[in-house]
Amino acid sequence: MTKLFATTALIATLAMPAYAIQPAEGETLAENQTYTYWLLDAIKSLDPAKNTDVEGSDALRSLFEGLMIEDASGAMVPGMAESHEISDDQLTYTFKLRDANWSNGEPVTAEDFVYAWQRVVNPETASEYAWYMELMNIENASAVVAGEMAPDQLGVRAIDDKTLEVTLSKPTPYFLNTLSHTTAYPVPRAVVEEHGDAWTQPQNLVGNGAYTLASHNLGVEIVFQKNPEYWDAENVLMETVRGVTVNDNNVALTRYQAGELDRVQIPAGQFPRLSEQFPDQAVSVPYGCSYAYVLNLSEKGPEALKDQRVREALALGLNREVIVDQVLQGGQRPAYSWTHWAINGFAAPEGGMAGMSQEERMARARELLAEAGYGPDNPLKLQLQYNTDDSHRLLAIAAQQFWRPLGIEIELNNVEWKVHTDRLQNQDFEVARYAWCADYNEASTFLDWFRTDGYNSGKWSNEEYDRLLAEAATAEDTTPLYQRAEEILAEEVPAVFVYHYAKVDMINPAIKGLPRENLLNTWYAKDLYRTAE
Amino acid sequence: MFAFVLRRLAVAVPTLLLLIVFSFVLMHMAPGGPFTGERALPPQVLANLEAQYGLNDPLWQQIWNYLYGIVVHFDFGPSFVYPDRSVNQLIAAGFPVTLTYGGLSFVAAVVLGVSLGVVAAIWHNSWVDYMAVGISIGAQVLPNFVMAPLLVLVFTLWYRLLPGGGWSFTDPSFWIMPVIALATSYMASIARITRSSMLEVLGSNHIRTARAKGMPEHRVIIRHALKPAMLPVISYLGPVFVSMITGSVVIDIYFSTGGIGKAFVDSALNRDYAVMMGVTILVGALTILFNLIVDVLYAWIDPKIRY
Amino acid sequence: MVIDQTKMQSLSDRLVQDEVKGRSPWADARRRFWKNRAAMLGLSILVLVALFAILGGQFAQWSNEELDFSVMGQVATMGAPSLENGHYFGTDNLGRDLYARVVQGTQISLMVGIVGAGIAVIVGTLYGATAGYVGGRTDQIMMRTVDILMSIPYMFVLILLLVMFGRSMSMLFLGIGLISWLDMSRIVRGQTLSLKNREFIEAARATGVSSFRIIIRHIVPNLLGVVAVYATLLVPLMILTESFISFLGLGVQEPLTSWGALISEGAGTMNYGTLWQLLFPLFFFVITLFGFFFVGDGLRDALDPKER
Repeated sequence: MTKLFATTALIATLAMPAYAIQPAEGETLAENQTYTYWLLDAIKSLDPAKNTDVEGSDALRSLFEGLMIEDASGAMVPGMAESHEISDDQLTYTFKLRDANWSNGEPVTAEDFVYAWQRVVNPETASEYAWYMELMNIENASAVVAGEMAPDQLGVRAIDDKTLEVTLSKPTPYFLNTLSHTTAYPVPRAVVEEHGDAWTQPQNLVGNGAYTLASHNLGVEIVFQKNPEYWDAENVLMETVRGVTVNDNNVALTRYQAGELDRVQIPAGQFPRLSEQFPDQAVSVPYGCSYAYVLNLSEKGPEALKDQRVREALALGLNREVIVDQVLQGGQRPAYSWTHWAINGFAAPEGGMAGMSQEERMARARELLAEAGYGPDNPLKLQLQYNTDDSHRLLAIAAQQFWRPLGIEIELNNVEWKVHTDRLQNQDFEVARYAWCADYNEASTFLDWFRTDGYNSGKWSNEEYDRLLAEAATAEDTTPLYQRAEEILAEEVPAVFVYHYAKVDMINPAIKGLPRENLLNTWYAKDLYRTAE
Repeated sequence: MFAFVLRRLAVAVPTLLLLIVFSFVLMHMAPGGPFTGERALPPQVLANLEAQYGLNDPLWQQIWNYLYGIVVHFDFGPSFVYPDRSVNQLIAAGFPVTLTYGGLSFVAAVVLGVSLGVVAAIWHNSWVDYMAVGISIGAQVLPNFVMAPLLVLVFTLWYRLLPGGGWSFTDPSFWIMPVIALATSYMASIARITRSSMLEVLGSNHIRTARAKGMPEHRVIIRHALKPAMLPVISYLGPVFVSMITGSVVIDIYFSTGGIGKAFVDSALNRDYAVMMGVTILVGALTILFNLIVDVLYAWIDPKIRY
Repeated sequence: MVIDQTKMQSLSDRLVQDEVKGRSPWADARRRFWKNRAAMLGLSILVLVALFAILGGQFAQWSNEELDFSVMGQVATMGAPSLENGHYFGTDNLGRDLYARVVQGTQISLMVGIVGAGIAVIVGTLYGATAGYVGGRTDQIMMRTVDILMSIPYMFVLILLLVMFGRSMSMLFLGIGLISWLDMSRIVRGQTLSLKNREFIEAARATGVSSFRIIIRHIVPNLLGVVAVYATLLVPLMILTESFISFLGLGVQEPLTSWGALISEGAGTMNYGTLWQLLFPLFFFVITLFGFFFVGDGLRDALDPKER
């Protein structure tokens, strides 16, 4: 049964309080409303408190819903929270929850949020994302995470079944933006307590999202079915969503071409060919992640890197245009700032390296290295560490070749992910590949990384930088502060920024509703539908 | 015979023990642990996690607890990386898959390999023989990580005959490509061994005698030649079985079958100690069992062998 | 892919018998080997591949790590094999010269094969000879240990070793070599047992030569036939193992490469119009394995002739 949606769509849009994607005029819905997407690997956990990766978040967005959700452009729209009020001191947020049910028919209450958030910060849960509640600046979050306070001291409480009050430790302009993150999702207390860790298995899992978990065969596929209990179920068109694991990207592309998948990532270097062959399917949109070579400036790091001139020469010598245009070839952009170019309200500082030609950069780099006492006669020897992945490998090889003419000899050291992160955290590296993805659409999500107390694997530290970011947390106009912070990064080069990500995918043109303007590329299966040929 | 089986089983226990201790120590010496993530965990959280999984005990204590859990409760512990699954569940989900396509590949490799070898030996030095030898040598050296993506390309994209991956116990169309990719090179090895051993047997005195008595050729082959010619093939089956389990890594990666091969490699890379140990013990036990079966089979076919 | 142990056993029995009859198996064997057409073909292939590995670099116009910027980014159209731009085998995905990389990969793969087989043969021979020569309880314990070790899933242990200690050439050699000395040690032990009570050994023992010297000077040389055949057949197995390890991403470090790494890269891009990236390394891989098989089989047949 296919039905024409021309008129009903209009009515639905008008009647809808919240936002939902509906078929455009003239589109016919396909009979089979199934969306099949690609997963590189098995999803590790479906517990909102334990999930740490993108694939897990994609799945959780179908199974649960937070106070806020995002629309196609990434803007916040009400999810579980119908409305909210902010106190004058900007420290107290009061949310009014809508009438909604869990998939077992129980109502979603403010208590479910309180339980879930306390569970995240409770050291007994051992959530790897407990820091997220600290990022949200919820009162006492840090103390609870550190085990100094009981979890019920967290600044969140249920005033009644439908009213949730959150207290912050300081005014946080981005607070509402953090609410759509999977870590801030509610969980059903009774179910969690009944099944323990096994509560996220298909037969046990109870969620408040648009879909229920039909099956989860690790390493094979995960299947979601539309949840009739979902508050907005009548506007959900997609009936079934399948995540199919294919460990090899090239085979995944073959299977996409055979019609088995509706969306798949395009392997490095294949975008130009595919976009020529399939212009309506190959899609490249900006994606809020930045790639860098972090330099170890800690005591354990090499002496040479402590010389600012050497670091600057490394930054100058890396031919980012070639990396982007000839290696990745998927609409990525060269990075001269740490913050992704498309981040909301961010403008990269003028001038600097970005304006120079590669010849000028190389000449300048030679000068700097000569001043620092290095050159072809006295080569600078460094080790570049990267984790196992095809595109990291390609980039590392290219970087090695770019730096060679400057008399910099790079030894490549490929290690697996666990070793890589372990060494990063312990400063056991010289130069290491790293990438950071935005948690929310604001520059501080990137810039916080280099704060003295940030992740900052290279242990760079700058007082002015720290002060600027502290100021920005409460400032009205953050743009000049962030610009100055980026200028400091460009001067001191704690890391060589390489490129800003793009999400480069093949997408079945029959699938509508996948957001293309959302920098974080979060998508909600409930917004999707499949049109007939 | 019975005493032999018993003795071999007695050796199995120290073998497994050695394997467990060795893997355990190796695993814990590796840099990074199961909870090494992109962001360093707060010390309190890490301490809790380690306490939860008993990682803060001394190593010998951990090994002891682990063995105790297995022997007393047959419990291989929880997965460190997939918190909602236990190792028992993961193996219960993955092993039947590996066993299904592995078993089918095994049968296919033996049946086709032996047939090809016998045919080649009977028509020795004819074009049939040359073809069989050519096929078997070619198939033997083509790595299955080349064959697997090629199969997907041909059967899924070009001819649209078979699903490109996934698994179902009820739909054989999911089994075909894994079995082809896994069985081919073993089939080729078996064919080569069968052929040369068959040739040897056919040239031996008792076959000449049988022929001289006027026995029809097909009876000579089936009744007298096949059985002794199978001996080298049988001694090869143990190693085949083990390498098939190892080779299943490739199958799981390319065909998303969700077997234990991929689970093992992942667990080693993710430092999922419990899963890694579980799979190692399982495969070790199977190896021992299979070597035993092969030896018994061997003794049964060749009465000259006494244990 | 495994060595036919039954035939190895038959070979070693035969060699011991010959020794008993006081006849050298070598002269006849050499004649038979030269007459074996498949073995000769295999040998010529191996010689050519070895020459390619040693001298091939002389003819390369690019190094194995240089990026050709004129090709980079348009490998499918510009990177095909060509005499004009000096990329005889085309380029890889980054625009590196595939010819130079295949030469270098050949060196690594041959080295892994030969060193790995070498380690297996040395360990296996010494272990087996010691067990057989010393005999008694020592022999019992040593051979039980072999039984135990035989039941260990080696590929798993190798993966663990590489994951735990990081990837390095020496680990690769060691790990691959240590996989396959067990069968060797069994055969050698059997042969040593038969040699042990022969007159020349008795004589040596009577004059007070130490056990170690007897093993090295008198037993091992007499095992040469078996060892040579076994080693030849082991090399391709080692090369195959290395290719599997490379496929798992645990092989040699960039910019070095091996056949396994090149083939697995090429296999990934086989549908993107750059088929040469798969075919050239695969060609060398396949013919070399053929070569070793033919030579190994030929050697064995020459030393252990049967009516075929």
